[in-house]
Parts: sequence; C-alpha cells; structure tokens
Amino acid sequence: MTHMLGVKNTLKKNTMLIALVVVMILFQVLIVSFNKGSLFNPANISNIISQNAYVVILASGMLLCILTGGNIDLSVGSIVCLVGAVAGTMIVTAGMNLYVAIALSLLLGTAIGAWQGFWIAYVRIPPFIVTLAGQLLWRGLAMTILNGLTISPFPDNYLKYFTSYLPGEVDASTIFSFTMAVSLVACGLFIVLQIMDRLTKKRKGYEIEPLIFMILKLLIITVVVMLVGWFLARHKGLPVVLILLAVIVLIYSYFTKKTVPGRHLYALGGNEKAAKLSGIDTNKVLFFAYTNMGFLSAVAALACIARFNSAFPAAGTNYELDAIGSCFIGGASAYGGTGTVGGAIVGAIFMGVLNNGMSILGIDANWQKTVKGIVLLAAVVFDILSKKRAKSR
Amino acid sequence: MGNALLEMRNITKTFPGVVALDSVNLEITEGEIHALVGENGAGKSTLMNVLSGIYPFGEYTGEILLNDKLCKFNHIKDSENKGIVIIHQELALVPYLSIGENMFLGNERGSYLNIDWDEAYTKADSLLKMVGLKESSKVLIKDIGVGKQQLVEIAKALAKNVKLLILDEPTASLNETDSKKLLDLLLEFKKQGMTSILISHKINEVSYVADRITIIRDGAVIKTLDKRTDSFTDDDIISGMVGRSLVDRFPKREHNIGDMTFEVKNWTVYHPLFEGRKVCDDVSFNLRKGEVVGISGLMGAGRTELAMSLFGKSYGVDISGEVYINGKRVHLNTVKDAIAHKIAYVTEDRKGNGLILSTPICENTTMAKMSKVSKYNIIDRDLEIKVAEDLKTKLRTKCTSVMQNTGNLSGGNQQKVLLAKWMFADPEILILDEPTRGIDVGAKYEIYCIINQLVEEGKTVLFISSEMPEILGISDRIYVMNEGKMVAELDQKHATQEAIMTYILQSGKGVE
Repeated sequence: MTHMLGVKNTLKKNTMLIALVVVMILFQVLIVSFNKGSLFNPANISNIISQNAYVVILASGMLLCILTGGNIDLSVGSIVCLVGAVAGTMIVTAGMNLYVAIALSLLLGTAIGAWQGFWIAYVRIPPFIVTLAGQLLWRGLAMTILNGLTISPFPDNYLKYFTSYLPGEVDASTIFSFTMAVSLVACGLFIVLQIMDRLTKKRKGYEIEPLIFMILKLLIITVVVMLVGWFLARHKGLPVVLILLAVIVLIYSYFTKKTVPGRHLYALGGNEKAAKLSGIDTNKVLFFAYTNMGFLSAVAALACIARFNSAFPAAGTNYELDAIGSCFIGGASAYGGTGTVGGAIVGAIFMGVLNNGMSILGIDANWQKTVKGIVLLAAVVFDILSKKRAKSR
Repeated sequence: MGNALLEMRNITKTFPGVVALDSVNLEITEGEIHALVGENGAGKSTLMNVLSGIYPFGEYTGEILLNDKLCKFNHIKDSENKGIVIIHQELALVPYLSIGENMFLGNERGSYLNIDWDEAYTKADSLLKMVGLKESSKVLIKDIGVGKQQLVEIAKALAKNVKLLILDEPTASLNETDSKKLLDLLLEFKKQGMTSILISHKINEVSYVADRITIIRDGAVIKTLDKRTDSFTDDDIISGMVGRSLVDRFPKREHNIGDMTFEVKNWTVYHPLFEGRKVCDDVSFNLRKGEVVGISGLMGAGRTELAMSLFGKSYGVDISGEVYINGKRVHLNTVKDAIAHKIAYVTEDRKGNGLILSTPICENTTMAKMSKVSKYNIIDRDLEIKVAEDLKTKLRTKCTSVMQNTGNLSGGNQQKVLLAKWMFADPEILILDEPTRGIDVGAKYEIYCIINQLVEEGKTVLFISSEMPEILGISDRIYVMNEGKMVAELDQKHATQEAIMTYILQSGKGVE
C-alpha cells in the first residue's frame, strides 16, 4: 500500500520527465517513419547539448528569480549580446589576455545584474519594468559597441574552452574508451555518494526510502548516463561545454536545495511577509537573485560567442523567453516559491528536443514557434489546474 | 413608531463545526436606528452577511421579510436592489479613483457602453453635500482622510436609493470629532425617515444614537433594549454582552513567577500611512519570568501594532521608547535583533504573515533559526526533518508527515506548526497574538497546555487575545489596552470581564 502510494507520488513528481521521454519516443517514431534519420544519432545528441547550452545556463539563473515570487528577467538576451560584444572587442579586436578578458566579462555581467538588482530589491521597482528597460538599454549599448558589425573569428585557444571535445583529436577507439570511462566514473561516484548518504541516514536513525526505490532510481540514472555516454563516445567524445553545464547545474541545484540562502529564495517567494517576520533580509535575497542572473548571463555569453565563433548584434535575441519557458515547463510556479533547478533543466531539454525534433522533421520555423507557444501554455495550465485540484480535495 | 421594515426570523447559520447563528430573530422598525452590540465573534457580522446576501439563500435557515415580503437574496446585488446597503468595516474604496468614480462603481450612470460622467459627477456632488462634504467629487480618494472616506461610503450608499443602511463599526478607524460628525449625520438621516442598523463596540456611541439596542452573544439574541422603556446604562449592556459563566476550559498550572525580564517604557508608534496618527501612545509594561501576561482590548486597540513594533520594528514609523531585557537596555531594530535577543512573535495572521503554505512543515519549522540546522550555510536536511518530527510529536500536530505542505493542514494544526517554528527559535519571551483565532475548542485547549508547558519551563508569554474568557482564564496579569494606550493593569484576582469592559469604556472619550 505504502509502496503503491510511493510509486504514485514519484510518478506525480516526475510528470515532466515522463512527458520528455514520451516526446522523445514520439519524435523518434515520426523521424524514423518519415525516413529522416534518427533523433538518437550520436552527432545529433552531441548537437542538442551544444545547441541548448545557453538555455540550461540561463534557466538555472532564471529559476532563482522566478522562485522569489514569479519575477522574471527580460534582459538576459540583451546582456548576452552586450557581454559577448565586449568580450569580442577585448579578445579579438584588442587581443587582450584571454583570462583577463574572461574575468572582466564575468565581472561586467555581475555588475549589470547588480544594477538591476539594486532597483528591483532596494527601490522596489517591479522586475518586469527594470528588466524591460534593461532589455533595451543593454541591447542598445551592445549595438553601439559593435557598430552594427560582427566580430569574428575568435582565436582557437579561446574556442577550445567551450566547443572542443575531450579527449581531443585522437583515434576513434581512444575516444570511445575515454568517454565510456568518464561516464562509468560519473555513475560510480553517484552510486557511492547515494549509498554513503543512505548509510549515514541509517546510522543516525533518520527515515530512509525503501531499498527497491533507491535501486530503481540508481539503475535508471546509470542507464541514462551510460546511454548518453555511449552516444557521445561514438561521435567526437565528451563536449567541454557539457562539463561546464554539469558543474553549473550541480552548483545551483545544491545551492537551492541544501543551503540557507537557497532556502531563503523559497521563503521569499512563498510568503514575503512571513519571511521578513522570520528575520530574513528579503531585499538582500532579491538583490542576490538578479545579480546572479547577470553573472550567469555573462557565462552564457562566453559560451555563445564560442559556439557561433562571433559576436553579432542579433545575438541572444529571445534567449530570455527560452529560459523563462524552460522554468515554467519544468514546474516552477508562476507565483514563486516552488520549482527546482532539476525541473528547469528538464524544461530546457524538453524545449531543446522539441526544437531539434521539429527541425529534423523539416517543420516550418513559423510552425515551430506556434507549437512551442502551445506547449508553454499547456505546461503552466497543467501546473495551475493540478494545484487547484489538490486544494479542493 | 412606524411599521416593521425588516424581520429576520429564526435565522440559523452554521459553519463546519460551529453554529455561528442560532435561530436569531431581529425586527427593524421603519425610521429607527437599531444598534447591534456584542463581543468579537458574537455573530453580528455573520447576521448582516446573511441579510445582505453574502451568504446566499439556502446556506442558512430561517426567513427574511422585507415589508412583509419574503426575500431570497442570492447575491449582494439582490439585497442592494431592495435598498439594503451595507458599509463594511474595511472601506471598499479604490484609492486611485475619484470620489465620483468610486460612488458609482458597479452602479454606473448612463449605459453599459457609454458612461454619463456629467450626470455621475453632478449627482455625486449633490450627494456629497447631503453628507456634509465640501470636496469636489473629482478629488481622488487617496487624497482625503479616513473620516471623509467613511462619509463617501455613506454617500455611495445614498446613491443606491438606500432604504436600510447597515454600518459595520463605522467609527472604528475615526477620531472623536469625525465619529461625532458621522453619528450626527445618522441622526439627521433618521429625521428624514431613513432606517439604519449600527454595529458597534462603542457603547457610548450606541446609547447616543440608537432607538433600540439588540445584544448578541454566542450567536444568539440575548435581549433587545428600547430607549422608551429601558434605560441604556453601560451596566445593562455590558452584562448582556459578556454575561456567561467561565467554565473550566483552561488547564491549571504551577505559578513560578520570577524576576522582571522584559520591560517597555514610553513606547510610542505612529501609523505608517496616516501621518501623525499614534497607534501606540506612550505604552509602558513589563513581564516577569514564568508569567503569562494578557493584553486585552477591542479590535483596533493597537495590540498587534504594539507587538509588531516591538518585534524588530516590523510595524509603524517614528518609533520611540525604551526596551529593557533583564535590566539591560536593548535596541531591537530588525527582526534578526529581536530573534537574537530571544524574542518570538507568533502572528495573529498565520496564513498571511506566519507560514509559507507552499512549503512543507519541516521547512516552516526551522525558518526562524536556520543556523540550528545548518553549518556554513549548508542545511542538514536530515537533522531538519528530525527536529521537525520532534516538535510535531511534542505539540501533537496532526499530519501525514513533516513533508506535508502546511497549506494542507487544518487551522489548529497550522497554528501548532507556527508555534513549533517559534519554539524552535529558543525564545525566552513569546508574544502570542490571537493564537487561538479560528480554531476549534479542542485545539484551543491544546494550545493552552502548550503555553502552560512553556511558562513552566521558565519562559515568559505575552498573550494577546480579543476573547475575554480566554485571556482571563490563562493570564497571571492583564493589561487593558484601548485606542493605543495602556488603560489598566489588573492582577488575576481583580480581573473580570466587567472590569475590563468598564476600563475600556471609561477610557474612550466618547461623544458626549
């Protein structure tokens, strides 16, 4: 009985993950039946990852903003463009030291975030307005810096930090064994950590989940990681950007789940008055969320200029919408207070697969937008309806 | 006197678990001012909500007759169409619209697609004159004071061709001059033949204007006094309002009262919005270790504001005064300071100010003192769950697990989570603001037990409540607060409901 309930809850918690699997299978069936190749083609998997790197990075930051009360940041696309333009000028035009340029770019993004955060948190201008102004402001500055032109190409020693593959240009069998080894180590590490956690819990007499659940969870995650590894191994190896993404996702999901400042984000979004009366400096929390968003926008900018090998005036257009969409599809509440980084990432992958699948099928770009719009609305409607039902019960 | 305008017969209204109105009969004669008095929660507002259709026909039993015709109101619009207009305690005006726009909100002049603003403003101006306001109807609501806003509400009611005007605590937020003006206006309207029902706490006001007074207690009519036959003495009214015997609803405890631990001197707080209005006026009081001190008073007396302003200046502006803890002067400028000085404030508004309903019990429990379950800002989730479990067991909170969202709990259990949250913060002084509001009798008893347990552990409790039996039953000492001032201090032996009421009434400067 309790197991049944557990299964039900687990399914409920992971509806979006299940939807993602369903969509993947659907596209695979469609793609194969139209004889257009395969979604699960080594090159394509690798492609999906590098194509959507920026969404994952931005969605991690956007989630923090949304957690504070459904607040969104409309300026991230423009910040990506501006930081990209400044980085391009420093690296390509001025030939500055790479590390100095990267550090300055990250600093610039953080400063922009702090500027917006100041108005939002301490002057209490609605985020929508501050970031809408930012969207125009930063894009305008970027255009001025670029003077309408494109800066390219970037030096190889910059590109290698974002677009290269590990272990590098060696023969196929070395690539294969290296990638598989990395995947195995990652899985092993994960399993060991989970078992250790379980043992500590048992030792301290805390409640633990049924063993079968844990084994199933580990099994599923191992299979998925190994599958992705296997696909990547048969292509060029491990994309460097995937490591960057893994680090960001791990840091931010740890931050939101396990740290006190992370908890404060949920408290602020859940009930600001209660948070204040519990001694939480809500202004600081809000300021942090937006400053951090600026920082992550700069990280995304560095990844984007590498991927396109250029900084150009239209860079980053509509990126904010992808990031916001991912968070909401991933189950973040439009009123704040609920949502997880993991969910936002699932949302980002969902959007990525949707884009990629439709592109392979050769669906017209305009229709792609239409479909994405419907999916976004459906996800949020689903979220709100399910909450209503929970309440009325 | 004229004929009966309105008759309410055997009105009974129940909420889950509570009988709010128990076959109430009320008769309103044409052309009179009829006052409804009673304690907080006696059922006055519920009765008026039944009358105005906020609780639609079918949700209550009994009959409403207007001019001898049976009425079945399903919506507030239905009663307004019959000329019954209710003005609620909380003003329902839109601050950024003009007086005229507010007066005809939902009752617009002209047609649906073409509002006739000329007619609206002309009519509004003439109605404003009737209520004695000189303002133009194009002035924005936010630019006039509360007293005038109350008059606008009345003008708005007049715009609806009102036959029976119901005023729910109309003077609660007014000063004496404005109150007097408003009451005189009611008398003036009476001369012109209007019937009104006045709900009020302020007995001097009631005896000033009312022709008849109906006293309601515990959802039932106790008696109706008539100006021509009965005298309206305060004693009559008060004993009617509070006259119930105290049954043994409160658990006994050992009294171990120690030294003075918390002292407030000359505490003055101004209202954050209305400049110059004192919410707490030169308040001084003290608490001893192991003591339960009650603050009694009517709604709007300034008790919550006092507590919140003490708790890290969470309310009010221009706060002055001194706070001493164990004889040492302290400055509690932020909530953090207050928590660090081992003070806890358990809010009266558990949903609005206390809990985060979208998060689990365990996260709410630890929120006020995360440092106890974290190291270098990293939360020990397992420890958090464990401490939440411990408190859940200690307070006997009913829930499936501490992972359950607080939004899914009943009121009493939410209150326990809120208490758990503040007990977890290791306070020495707990300010409990209406801790038993809206919870059932059983849960109340359990909350009293928790309070006893806390003081037996040597903690100090400041207990704010509008329910007099409760405050009398649990407190070692009682302060009486009225209109921002401490008006009396009573020890347990001398405290009675009558005494408290008398202090409140004597301190109110009244209208005479």
